[in-house]
Amino acid sequence: MAITVVAFVIITIVMFWFTFKYRYVEGRRASFIADDHKLEIVWTVIPAIVLALLIFSGLRAWNDITGPASKDAVVIELIGQQFLWTARYPGVKDSQLGKHNYQMIDASNEFGLDLSDKNTYDDFKSLELHLPKGKEVQLMIRAKDVLHSVFLPHFRLKMDAVPGMHTTFKFIPTKSTADMRAETGNPNFNYEMACTEICGRGHFSMRFPVFVHDTVEDYEKWMASQEAWLKQNPDYLQRVPAELREAAMIKAGIPMDSKEAILASPVTVTAKF
Amino acid sequence: MATIDIHPHTTTEHHDDHGHEHEHHGNFWTNYVFCEDHKVIAKQFLITGMAWALIGGTLSVLFRLQLGFPEADLSWLKPILGGWLTPEGKIDPEFYLALVTMHGTIMVFFVLTAGLSGTFSNFLIPLQIGARDMASGFMNMLSYWFFFLSSVIMFTSLFISTGPASGGWVIYPPLSALPQAMQGSGLGMTLWLVAMALFIVSSLLGGINYITTVINLRTKGMSFTKLPLTIWAFFFTAIIGVLSFPVLFAAALLLIFDRSFGTSFYLSDIYIGGEALPNQGGSPILFQHLFWFLGHPEVYIVLLPALGITSEIIATNSRKPIFGYKAMVGSMLFIAILSFVVWAHHMFVTGMNPFLGSIFTLLTLIIAVPSAVKIFNYVTTLWKGNIRFTAAMLFSIGLVSFFLTGGITGIFLGNSAIDIQLHDTYFVVAHFHLVMGSASFFGMMAGVYHWFPKMFGRMLNEKLGTIHFWLTFVGVYLVFFPMHYIGIAGFPRRYYSWTNFETFSGFADLNMLVSVAAIITLSAQFIFLFNFIYSIFRGKVASANPWNSNTLEWTTPRSPGHGNWPGEIPTVYRWPYDYSKPGAKDDFIPQHIPYSETPESNLPHENELVKLEMNDGAIVVESNKH
Repeated sequence: MAITVVAFVIITIVMFWFTFKYRYVEGRRASFIADDHKLEIVWTVIPAIVLALLIFSGLRAWNDITGPASKDAVVIELIGQQFLWTARYPGVKDSQLGKHNYQMIDASNEFGLDLSDKNTYDDFKSLELHLPKGKEVQLMIRAKDVLHSVFLPHFRLKMDAVPGMHTTFKFIPTKSTADMRAETGNPNFNYEMACTEICGRGHFSMRFPVFVHDTVEDYEKWMASQEAWLKQNPDYLQRVPAELREAAMIKAGIPMDSKEAILASPVTVTAKF
Repeated sequence: MATIDIHPHTTTEHHDDHGHEHEHHGNFWTNYVFCEDHKVIAKQFLITGMAWALIGGTLSVLFRLQLGFPEADLSWLKPILGGWLTPEGKIDPEFYLALVTMHGTIMVFFVLTAGLSGTFSNFLIPLQIGARDMASGFMNMLSYWFFFLSSVIMFTSLFISTGPASGGWVIYPPLSALPQAMQGSGLGMTLWLVAMALFIVSSLLGGINYITTVINLRTKGMSFTKLPLTIWAFFFTAIIGVLSFPVLFAAALLLIFDRSFGTSFYLSDIYIGGEALPNQGGSPILFQHLFWFLGHPEVYIVLLPALGITSEIIATNSRKPIFGYKAMVGSMLFIAILSFVVWAHHMFVTGMNPFLGSIFTLLTLIIAVPSAVKIFNYVTTLWKGNIRFTAAMLFSIGLVSFFLTGGITGIFLGNSAIDIQLHDTYFVVAHFHLVMGSASFFGMMAGVYHWFPKMFGRMLNEKLGTIHFWLTFVGVYLVFFPMHYIGIAGFPRRYYSWTNFETFSGFADLNMLVSVAAIITLSAQFIFLFNFIYSIFRGKVASANPWNSNTLEWTTPRSPGHGNWPGEIPTVYRWPYDYSKPGAKDDFIPQHIPYSETPESNLPHENELVKLEMNDGAIVVESNKH
């Protein structure tokens, strides 16, 4: 930054000074200077060295940012669609995101959860991005329809969401929402997430609230308080393979005696056919 | 959009009809419309380009109204925009996207590619290398008419009920591939693709012609090392265009397949409008690679001609040889080569492999070296010169300033780690508008002011030119400088409004300033438009060489006819930058003056050349007539 500002200021001043000093005077002759190899070599080599320094410091930062996330990083999935974001958390029971398949998406199963995978049962949906302070977070990013881009301006973080492919970004939140409220003196401060890849009519309105918990424990408490997607949509128990249904109910926290549980029990299904 | 009812076609005929005294036979149609003369074709490109620039500029003011004055009631635009205004008098969000998309497409391709290269490559290549016309006059004419047809189709798309293409000028699929994703991706996008396909044909026909002409039709003595830098720039530009435009054509073709024939080159795993599409296995990233393989060289297709024009004008008006001629050619060559290997710096955060990101950071920042060399050379050319501030010179110096400012911000963006924050924000918008948009526009303006006397035989008014320069120069900085701050604050581009976000709710006053400056800058262009039209008919009559310049075009008569030189084509003996040579009578020695006539100013090695000239006496005498 400093380097470029200095270069900018010097060249601009020199240019305007030259244009002023050597403005046209009737009868004066300009000097006939065609080239000067020493001077040219100097101003080729100096920028080259400065740029080499910028490149290497930049690449070191880039490698740190894009390197693999650590094994115990918190994994969160973000899904972009026209024109809203949703987040999927792996759930507290297995801490693994379950498989998904875009062909299984429907009005309720908006993640396209593949219910033959055990890891999906405790996954839960959130309309707010919750993050722990001081712990590495790995975002798994995808899109349902067109390109979107996850942009967390306060975290200097941006990564496109691409249909048909996963992208990721890892980072460590260092300031909780409460810290920022104290620092900015604004008690209503909130982190926000935006979309930065043109995605259609509502591109400018894809706001997603972000909340950073003060401690990892707070974050885990919040995790534990969330209901699994399957619990919120117990109708989908019927799509769970029969032999896994009991495990699914336990993982999703669906009571065995609930209406849907009985409807979906293996006995009911066999009776149907 | 009814404000812009300048029909390129009729305007062209009109101006040429009066401004150009043709001593040669043929009817109206063959002389002014389907003409194969490079000078007429250049004027056709220029005037069509100017019409497009007005349209593109007006579109930008429309969306700046929305951004600067989000609360304003725009009902007074109802007669023009009709259904694109919401009942509350606001611009429809989807139409807003159409405006930014068409502004980008028009400015990049129709104004700064066709309008700039089309005009000046056509006009200057034959005149400055000493040729009667282009290698193929017919292909040259076709090039213009393909461009015209493409213009008509792109213009028509502005008026269809579903609106023109609106997925951004980069038309990334799936957004551009799926009509259910946005209205503009229906018929508007189809017309966009057809228009661009024709545009590419036009650009290739032109480019092949420029390359052939430069290689084959140089006059006697005009070796490559004696070419003016303008020609070098046009030559490199044409080569870049011929190599990269076909890739855009391929990208567009695959997109057409995806849109119309059910293929899946760019589409995969899409759930939209309540149904899962069958397409699988494609990749949107593939399109981005193909697009930017043209898209980045395109930046240099736009910029290099402007740099060439500037080199010529700065040397002429500093009355000094351009500093480091060989370094200038070398840096352009280096830029031209590097322009092909930096495309993925547009894609650092698109999900591309981060390792590729490192490679492209490295290659991108290398480009800063030849660019820096060019800037230093320009500044050193000014040093100890005897500078005449003609309007053309002012615009050229303005270009160097923009190139510097935009180049410096480019160093930030080229660094992949910093780009994470700045990508797709107003910082990028500010960067490319300065470094390629405004810089190239200034190059174009400089070119018009400088070569107008040769085009129309009359001078543009210099006072109006100076006013035009200062208003535009200050206006451009007022528009784009604040955008850097807005961008660093994270404001994303292509946003209809920012009020949904607490983070982006500041800077309303700064945005208002930008919009006001944009309106003033556009208004200033009407001064130029008036000057241009008025001077064609009533301007001061120009002499054959009003700027005391060295290059060959100034050895032609005031209004060169078909074939350019009435007699023999002059022979070239020296490089084009013998300005203020010590000992010489005048402060310029044109290229066609042999060394044997200037014993007082020859350098030692040039006296050696005198002997060679003597063997060729006949031609020396012949060329002296002009």
